[in-house]
Amino acid sequence: MSFPYSETVMEHFRNPHNVGKIENADGKAMEGSPACGDMVSVHIKVDPETKIISDIKFESYGCASNIATGSIITELAKGKTLDEAKKITWKEASEALGGLPKIKVHCSVLAVEGLLSAIENYEERHGLIKDRKPTTIEIVRKRLKKVMNPMAGLDLVRTNLVQGIEIKKGSVRVVIDLPPDHQFAPAIKEEIKEKIEPLWDVKELTVEFTE
Amino acid sequence: MLKRREVYLDNSAVTRLDERVLEAMKPYYFEKYAVATSDFAYSMGIEAREGLDGARETLARALGADSGEFIFTSGSTESSNIALKGVALALGNKKGKHLIVSKIEDFPVLNSAKDLEKHGFNVTYLDVDNEGFVNLDQLRESITNETILVSIQHANQEIGTIQDIEKIGLICREKGVLFHTDATHTFTKVPLDVKKIPVDLITVSAHTIHGPRGIGGLYIRQGTKIAKWMDGGFQEFNLRPGLENIPAAVGFAKATELVTDRETERLQSMRDHLIDRILAEIPDADLNGHRWKRLPQNANISFHFIEGESIILHLDMHGFAVSTGSACFSRSLEGSHVIFGIGGDHEKAHGSIRFTFGRYNTMEDVDAVVDTLAEVVQKLRSISPLGK
Repeated sequence: MSFPYSETVMEHFRNPHNVGKIENADGKAMEGSPACGDMVSVHIKVDPETKIISDIKFESYGCASNIATGSIITELAKGKTLDEAKKITWKEASEALGGLPKIKVHCSVLAVEGLLSAIENYEERHGLIKDRKPTTIEIVRKRLKKVMNPMAGLDLVRTNLVQGIEIKKGSVRVVIDLPPDHQFAPAIKEEIKEKIEPLWDVKELTVEFTE
Repeated sequence: MLKRREVYLDNSAVTRLDERVLEAMKPYYFEKYAVATSDFAYSMGIEAREGLDGARETLARALGADSGEFIFTSGSTESSNIALKGVALALGNKKGKHLIVSKIEDFPVLNSAKDLEKHGFNVTYLDVDNEGFVNLDQLRESITNETILVSIQHANQEIGTIQDIEKIGLICREKGVLFHTDATHTFTKVPLDVKKIPVDLITVSAHTIHGPRGIGGLYIRQGTKIAKWMDGGFQEFNLRPGLENIPAAVGFAKATELVTDRETERLQSMRDHLIDRILAEIPDADLNGHRWKRLPQNANISFHFIEGESIILHLDMHGFAVSTGSACFSRSLEGSHVIFGIGGDHEKAHGSIRFTFGRYNTMEDVDAVVDTLAEVVQKLRSISPLGK
């Protein structure tokens, strides 16, 4: 009988490593949402001198490939410096797991993004973002690529739901091509807020839906 | 690997064949294997035709119908296609181009309706309430002079909700509109007598009652306007061409005869025991569908904060086969349209598990699956960021 998941995936699924939260984590992030089907949270503890990830924990709401990738990514990142850990790719995680089914790629990419966001969160909190660039439409668009369109399982940008982005003196306006009473409108709005509001120069965010 | 105790709890997908059905079918493969002929042909053909006629008689009787009102098909999918497209073909240009279906129909009805939309028909998709019941006022209001057919399932394939098809049938009768019901999951288990219930077309299938796959049927009330939809010979009262699958038809009849009320009661007691135990022992679990107006063999429960594919894989490692409405499990990566239809969100769909019982399940299986499930749910919740 052929099974879609490798033995390594199943091992990490059965007994995931580094599960949980870290008290007073130095960096943390949550990627995904119940609406898109998967969520991953990543917490890191960083040595202030060496910038080495001394501890890392994850939690997952998701399918087997999401859980297994979360587990392997914590193994790969532990003991690495932040700069080294940033370079860990989805491909590397997938190879370490002995391969993942194609259809499950998006569930596993989330774990990699979770790690990157946790590092970013650490850097933002510790003033390590060197050049504070002003937020541009491109930066907003890039962040919207991380917001899922639950109807398609792909992001808002790729599914052409972003109708417009405007930036004026610290206020950002995003127009989404969905009726305001659409079943996923509140979930999408919530996710956009999560992604855009932390930008250092964003003071106000409005999310509008088309009629 | 862990010790496996193979327990199959996905009997609404397909059931294990009953050996007695196979025995009934065998002669029609090895002895009476000729094509069904008229009375004026060779004796092997007459014997074969008698087998087919007898099977038809049994199936029709099970619905309270005459044998001239029942045709064999290749299964539910084909039966529902014939019902919707056959009526559309017969009445589309004469009466109108409007059909009404519920939002939570199974794919044969839903996708036949969608296909008809591409061919100039209008379809109203009726809402259901949070237990899955069709809104009868909305049905009544939706019927126009153009409406040619209402197709509402007898019971739902996922959440098990049994519709009040008697009331639905009366509304259709009063408005002079044909009524089709997909009875794939209720046939032999939930009473449906065409002498008592005004229904014009009924889809049934053998695969849900421990019969063979590839055989189903369609009840067509005498006088119903329906057109032939596939071209070929004149078999099945010139409505469904193709060489008759006599062994399977005989098997379908045998499977129908083997179902007893006692067995249905047994299925129901397994269902109730499972629901009662899960709701009492596992926190944050919701039953989907109605507590008792549901299929006797079906339980569907959403577990909060965790995802169905993960639950299924863990249960499979312990030897239990169940199904989920989670997008991650489906081949299309789409969440269950039924759970969305009853107002559920993605989380509810993702964490929904369907248990469907059959002849070969025991009360021990029920206890075993609940015991294992309690552990699995706890384990997955311990690694979930939600619900804390």
